[in-house]
Amino acid sequence: MTFTSTTAVDLAAGIAAGDFSAREVTTAFLDRIAETDGELNAFLAVDTPGALATADAVDAARAAGEPLGPLAGVPVAVKDVITTEGLATTCGSRILEGWVPPYDATVTANLRRAGAVIIGKTNMDEFAMGSSTENSAFGPARNPWDTNLIPGGSSGGSAVAVAARQAPLSIGTDTGGSIRQPAAMTGVVGVKPTYGGVSRYGLVALASSLDQAGPFATTVADAAALHAVMAGHDPKDSTSIDAPVPPVVAAAANGDVTGMRIGVVKQLTGEGFQREVREHFQKSLDLLAAAGAEIVEVSCPHFEYALAAYYLILPSECSSNLAKFDAIRYGLRVGDDGERSVEQVMAMTREAGFGPEVKRRIMLGTYALSSGYYDAYYGQAQKVRTLIARDFAQAFEVADVLATPTAPTTAFPIGEKVDDPLSMYLQDIATIPANLAGVPGMSLPVGLDDKGLPVGLQFMAPAMADDRLYTTGAALEAAVGWEARP
Amino acid sequence: MPAISRDDVAHLARLARLELTDDELGHYAEQLDVILGAVQRVSEVAADDVEPMSHPVAISNVFRPDRLIPGLTPEQALSGAPAVEDERFRVPRILDEE
Repeated sequence: MTFTSTTAVDLAAGIAAGDFSAREVTTAFLDRIAETDGELNAFLAVDTPGALATADAVDAARAAGEPLGPLAGVPVAVKDVITTEGLATTCGSRILEGWVPPYDATVTANLRRAGAVIIGKTNMDEFAMGSSTENSAFGPARNPWDTNLIPGGSSGGSAVAVAARQAPLSIGTDTGGSIRQPAAMTGVVGVKPTYGGVSRYGLVALASSLDQAGPFATTVADAAALHAVMAGHDPKDSTSIDAPVPPVVAAAANGDVTGMRIGVVKQLTGEGFQREVREHFQKSLDLLAAAGAEIVEVSCPHFEYALAAYYLILPSECSSNLAKFDAIRYGLRVGDDGERSVEQVMAMTREAGFGPEVKRRIMLGTYALSSGYYDAYYGQAQKVRTLIARDFAQAFEVADVLATPTAPTTAFPIGEKVDDPLSMYLQDIATIPANLAGVPGMSLPVGLDDKGLPVGLQFMAPAMADDRLYTTGAALEAAVGWEARP
Repeated sequence: MPAISRDDVAHLARLARLELTDDELGHYAEQLDVILGAVQRVSEVAADDVEPMSHPVAISNVFRPDRLIPGLTPEQALSGAPAVEDERFRVPRILDEE
């Protein structure tokens, strides 16, 4: 049996049944990482001893007849923005290079409780700022479909890890599309849950009102299995929603879209999108209609302002959140010669420790929040955010789920947009509205472009109706019959 | 809205505690100007009577019972510090000599 081409659900079942051991499975993925990651650079850290120790503990628990967690023995790669006790967490930044967190994020703790094997930490755009993983201080991750291309971002390492079968599952975070866009670029399933559905405790914040962690997987059912384990109310996160986790696993198993109303967002269907992206989107709608869904058109007139609102709200929140990197309590300290003041040391440290995109956004946010501009920029952006949430509410009166292409293009060459921030920002034009409103979204692969690169489609559902993503996702997955591999 | 000058960038960098190089000042002045030009589109939306939205979850004042929960030990809390002295964070000079 080739473990690296087996689904996570089947791996968990096989380990639980004693068909093979957690150690065999973990070793197969560690070997795969060793073979491929020199080129792909998806991992910033591989925890071989920790992973094998967890796997052995799972095997011992099974031998002793103890109950196993739902993901017992299944390797999971974790984006390096989520804290892991005893395992370095860098956020892709020099300023945190070598920092070993003294505590687990709730997501990490949930994985451990489920018996998952944390195999390593994945590469990312620095502090999750970017759409290509080129902003990592530790070199770009590469797209396994063509290693000259970006894998998307900011969770590019997590997307690559699953696409290249270095891990059956991985975790990313999504602030404006950072799970869904790299999922689209690498031909895997990626889900941003409802804001508040997954705890943010231990997730190093980019923009606190937008960030949400979620699963990457090769199938909709695998994504649901990981989603169910990650999610749930957490008293340590005051924005965590105190409600049951939506029934995502059951929805993924069902996949019946008969009578479901799928809304096509008029503003996000064509203009500016690559031809093959539009063609596969239309073809997918036809497949959903053939499966019994009703396709309706919805209008969300304020979505065209979402990108502008986002690039005021996000920098404002991040400039505040990143103030904590002050060279005092953790991370890099530069220039402390006993003479320089604390402020000089802070400024020298932040200059040396942050990359260009991080500095750009910190200054944008500082500007947008400064007195005299606050109302015109940040205040106005927050009002536009309200209007975007209203657009969603109206759309969900006539549609159960919304559908759009995930990203305007397929993967592009490394270096192409790196010094053209606006053109990079446009990658997230279809994914940002969901973050602004806090609703869940899923990207799944629906076809290949003329160059043989994956195209993604996005579903969005009302808050805490994440299960609908999995219903439509499973239906479309079955209809598309996706079998392409990098 | 005014264009962003080099001096504006230098001012923002001071506020944000970033000691930018001369090259960076010029480069960021150009880029911030382009980005701010684009995001100004939000002003086209008539929204005078619209409530601002700071957060997608309509909850506030989340409380928990007032009971002791173990936190980090001093060793754990100091484990990532750049400099430590007497179980405390050692910081650079915070007062002027004069």
